[in-house]
Amino acid sequence: MDQPDRSLADSLATLEGPYFGDFGGRFVPEALIAALDELDTEYSKAKVDPGFTDELQRLHRTYTGRPSIITEVPRFAREAGGARIILKREDLNHTGSHKINNVLGQALLTKRIGKTRVIAETGAGQHGVATATAAALFDLDCVIYMGEEDTRRQALNVARMRLLGAEVIPVTTGSRTLKDAINEALRDWVTNVETTNYVFGTVAGPHPFPAMVRDLQRIIGEEARAQVLDLVGRLPDAVAACVGGGSNAIGIFHAFLDDAGVRLIGLEAGGDGVETGRHAATITAGAPGVLHGARSYLLQDEDGQTVESHSISAGLDYPGVGPEHSWLSSIHRAEYRPITDAQAMDAFKILCRTEGIIPAIESAHALAGAIDLGRELGPDAVILVNLSGRGDKDVETAARWFDLLDHDVAEKVAEIPGEQK
Amino acid sequence: MSAGRSRAGDRLDALRAEGHAALIGYLPVGFPDVAGSVAAATAMVEAGVDIIELGIAYSDPVMDGPVIQHAVERALEGGVRVRDVFGAVEGIAATGAPVLVMSYFNPVLRYGVDAFARDLASAGGAGLITPDLIPDEAGEWIAAADAHDLDRVFLVAPSSSPERLASTAAASRGFVYAASTMGVTGERTSLGERAAELVTATRQAGAARVCVGLGVSTAGQAAQVAGYADGVIVGSAFVRPMLEASSPAQGLEAVAAVARDLSAGVRGADRAEARTR
Repeated sequence: MDQPDRSLADSLATLEGPYFGDFGGRFVPEALIAALDELDTEYSKAKVDPGFTDELQRLHRTYTGRPSIITEVPRFAREAGGARIILKREDLNHTGSHKINNVLGQALLTKRIGKTRVIAETGAGQHGVATATAAALFDLDCVIYMGEEDTRRQALNVARMRLLGAEVIPVTTGSRTLKDAINEALRDWVTNVETTNYVFGTVAGPHPFPAMVRDLQRIIGEEARAQVLDLVGRLPDAVAACVGGGSNAIGIFHAFLDDAGVRLIGLEAGGDGVETGRHAATITAGAPGVLHGARSYLLQDEDGQTVESHSISAGLDYPGVGPEHSWLSSIHRAEYRPITDAQAMDAFKILCRTEGIIPAIESAHALAGAIDLGRELGPDAVILVNLSGRGDKDVETAARWFDLLDHDVAEKVAEIPGEQK
Repeated sequence: MSAGRSRAGDRLDALRAEGHAALIGYLPVGFPDVAGSVAAATAMVEAGVDIIELGIAYSDPVMDGPVIQHAVERALEGGVRVRDVFGAVEGIAATGAPVLVMSYFNPVLRYGVDAFARDLASAGGAGLITPDLIPDEAGEWIAAADAHDLDRVFLVAPSSSPERLASTAAASRGFVYAASTMGVTGERTSLGERAAELVTATRQAGAARVCVGLGVSTAGQAAQVAGYADGVIVGSAFVRPMLEASSPAQGLEAVAAVARDLSAGVRGADRAEARTR
């Protein structure tokens, strides 16, 4: 296949797929190729059509709540060697995370293509909630696939999706988490592709998803870059974001790709510690392979079987990663580091106590990374952190982690049946 | 299709000369265990299966429905390894039936595409069916198959454009696998009418041989497909009785019974359409 020659490109930010260096592609059943071609063609037209871009902009202004603000967090920053730390507040978006940015774009595209049903996978439930929200807004039938394990960890989000009119299908195959939810959504899509659009939640999967989802999330970095310049008078020294599939990270990184002086740091879920094998640190500890339609880093054994990932954060609990991240790592433009569950939960608590902001546990990985970075870079540094989601959905997990429940209350909580136990 | 000797293609041609289509039976290696899968495939050949499609168990089988997913999970839980496929191919090839391996791409990629082709060829395998690898992404595999003289079976679907039918037919060797319907593997009460249309369109696009899979489970369906295709591919209908078997011996009997029934269907088919095409 023809691959873009990077030496000819003026910018790192122009790759449109299917390939990002050696990564990306379309490793899917032939039955899906026509639908992927259709999406690719329609999206290519839509992204330069003011009828599409103006409507998306209007929705972001009047529905999502964009632009999202930035918040400097000086009390939190004391933990980070006194560096200036600035949060991009994607947690304040409607539905509580960055996922809405992508979903509104793909829902508009679904209407444009003329399909009436959307499906999506979800891990933490944030993408599922965002998709269910868009489906309600645009009057689309909506089915969300969610690993049974995750329906228990994120029971509140399951209820939210159902309130919004979506059907939530717990997936009981494999590890019963996000990876298996994607498998099941792909099976649904192969079967129902004539009526159904797959609203993919991250910058992984077959082309055009990695490039399309990135484009729809790029607004995070575009806003934040201008906001930081306005506040500080210069670019940040580093940008930190958590990486599961990698959509919030690519969204904030992209505006800075050509700013060579800005370090881009992706924080992967280190789980119990990379050395224990119980983690989701795909770029840190994985190897290139093919999963869910793209060639990228993944956690696999010596036979190429996908290895189950582990993380306290359902949204990062994924053994793959988007191909553009694999490429950014391979050319050393971005760095990827693991953050353990314990580090993330420490940062989670610090932000709660010092700034009155309860972050998503996913985003707490980025906060923990920022603490380390601040200590490394010193008090003159400016660090931009993508606070990709809010922590309402994680309150029960956090309460257990920090043992905040009275004993009898804890028992009552334990008695609440998991969604489909 | 590429020139060169094709084990699966030769068999399809020989059967066509006798006036009927081939019955192609799928089983995953390592289910119920490696020896058990070789025994089951052998029983299938003895009961009338012409070509064996031996699946490599994979953790994320997105083209498979619940029956095959379940069997593959059991094979993986039993500790089957990718390299076990080569011994199994050798054992089954001793029956004289061509053996095609079916694998999702990552296990092959991880093993090393050329090394996999080399070891498959030296085990006596006929080639590889790749459900999640389209020719556009298959440069390395196409080169390895050429180097080791193996068949490469790519899929077409009812949604494939005429251009894609042509490029897939050109890249395939042995036969083209036509998915009867939009969906995953599993038994269906009726087959899409688009299957026959797809076979015709794939031939018009340049394919010398087209076999049909997905959803075929009864002798009646097999006869119907054998009326217009070069081969009838059956998976879940063989795997399900093995999942339900009370003992390995009973599983073998049940699989042989399914094979006899389907084989009678294939051989009794009205081949008018195929003969006059």
